[in-house]
Amino acid sequence: MDTCYRLEKVCFRYSDQWVLEDFSLEVRQGEILGIIGPNGSGKTSLLKLMAGLLRPQTGHITLGDQDLAQLTRRALARWMAVVPQENHVLFPFTVAEVVLMGRFVHQNGWGWESADDLRIARAVIRLMDLESVAQRTFQELSGGERQRTIIARALAQEAPILLLDEPTAYLDIKHQLEIYATLKRLNQDSGVTIVVVSHDLNLASQYCHRLLLLHEGRAFRTGSPTEVLTVEHLGIVYGCQVIIDQHPQAGTPRITLPAFVSGAAVVNRDTRTTIF
Amino acid sequence: MDVPLSSGLQTDALVPALTVRRWVKTIIVLVMVSILTLLICVQYGTERIPLGEVFRLLLASSDIPAGSTGVSPGVILWEVRVPRLILAFLVGSSLATVGVALQALLRNPLADPYILGISSGAALGAALALQFGASWAFWGFSALHLFAFVGAAVTMIGIYHVAAAGGRIPVQTLLLAGVIINAILSALILFITSLSDSTSAFRLFFWLMGSLATLGYAGLLALAVYVILGTSLLFAQGRHLNLLSLGEEPAQGLGLEVEGVKRVIFFTSALLTGAVVAVSGLIGFVGMIVPHAVRMVLGPDHRLVLPAAALVGGTFLAIADTIARSLLAPSELPVGVITALCGGPFFIYLLVTRRTSQIG
Repeated sequence: MDTCYRLEKVCFRYSDQWVLEDFSLEVRQGEILGIIGPNGSGKTSLLKLMAGLLRPQTGHITLGDQDLAQLTRRALARWMAVVPQENHVLFPFTVAEVVLMGRFVHQNGWGWESADDLRIARAVIRLMDLESVAQRTFQELSGGERQRTIIARALAQEAPILLLDEPTAYLDIKHQLEIYATLKRLNQDSGVTIVVVSHDLNLASQYCHRLLLLHEGRAFRTGSPTEVLTVEHLGIVYGCQVIIDQHPQAGTPRITLPAFVSGAAVVNRDTRTTIF
Repeated sequence: MDVPLSSGLQTDALVPALTVRRWVKTIIVLVMVSILTLLICVQYGTERIPLGEVFRLLLASSDIPAGSTGVSPGVILWEVRVPRLILAFLVGSSLATVGVALQALLRNPLADPYILGISSGAALGAALALQFGASWAFWGFSALHLFAFVGAAVTMIGIYHVAAAGGRIPVQTLLLAGVIINAILSALILFITSLSDSTSAFRLFFWLMGSLATLGYAGLLALAVYVILGTSLLFAQGRHLNLLSLGEEPAQGLGLEVEGVKRVIFFTSALLTGAVVAVSGLIGFVGMIVPHAVRMVLGPDHRLVLPAAALVGGTFLAIADTIARSLLAPSELPVGVITALCGGPFFIYLLVTRRTSQIG
């Protein structure tokens, strides 16, 4: 498989503390790569570096055969669509209007929406199950509807690479499944390369081809879900003993949180008061 | 406008709120309302000139009697009302357009054209001009106008350099830099005022309250060209401001060169505000209220909001100035008093009749 991203010896820090140190990674064209790791392990920073929203202090990121730092915003937006973690919209734009903004990179000048723009917006709104709220303002939506709107906007961009930061964070299980199923379909049917930051290890295990487990700004392990998701690895990285068996249908590793935390008694209503 | 591929009941729900047809319709209606309003305003002042008379005088434009004694309707119309209405319209348009742009750029619904501290720069320039009694004039502009504009421009460059350390312009820093430079300049103005005699202190005070005293046709023409260029530059940012409403990083992700857009909006806004403050002083409320009112009625799309706010802002200030001239005629109220007294309650009315969430 062709490499679509290559990160070489990337170092990045916000102020004095290194967030990513001497970090190298290859993303293959047409794969679904999951980035997992505890809070503060550098997942979001890594995604933003790949999106060109942050610049590394040292090291190189290449996209195809081009240096990421040399590409304009417009060129980058043709390559990749980004789904950020937090989304606020300042004015009362409707869902349809927000989704149409995803077409910006395909428009020129004053940019009135073309029939093509409308057709694609309509398609992604239907795909994301947003038809009933298309004329509501973004501010009126529930967390899940907002998340789906932002994903629809990213899909409207029609980029060959999709970068998502916790796309299912605010979603109920039905929509979590639907988002991942949609990502999988996009990946299979259109060959979209997907990089997804996820806190949900089980969904990541089920849907990603490869996982990258981050630990204190370094790649602890990269590989298939079976290689990466082991009791030992998760114990070291998360500091938490988990139970791993197989998903009854998919056969992928399934993570279950323990009923006992490091030998201590179960914290339930009866014992909570006596713990301290 | 039919899209053949669409099907089912939801089709109409996915048509965007703003189409070319709606844009053209809205702008035509607003242009007609503006012209009508200006025709009504021009009749009023210390003495009423009926519309028929106005038309007769307008059509016979060159018919101003050369040696008239200054009280004929023709002289009032041509030397006072028409230039003053044009000035009011230009100032109101600029303030409202800049207000729209800055509210979206700074992601702050309370932003107005004065928030960047440019007004204090202009005021300091005016204070210096009055203090030194500079009395020369250039192409229809007095020394006070030019000092005020230079003050605004210098302040703007200062704020930009404070805020834009490292090539980027963080919005919060821009706001803070504006507020702080405002405070420093205000102290300087008070210092100069305390040195000066009471006459120039009073003139400065009156200038600060906002006044649309006549500029003369040469100055008006120069200002009109300047304002049309500046506002057009902002109109062209409509789609970019829509994207910026999503936040800077999301806008970048969608392909917007955010830093470049911020720079264009900052400099255009600052240069427009500087010129407008120089010729009219501080006229509050127009730049803050008009954008909100327009958004509440027409929706948030900046491609429409920017030009619509320009028309509404210009008309609003023309009405306010007419009231300021007529209410206690022959004496005159500061126009800022009228904009605040009319604009405030109207805004509260919009606020309680529409959903508050629409303010952002």
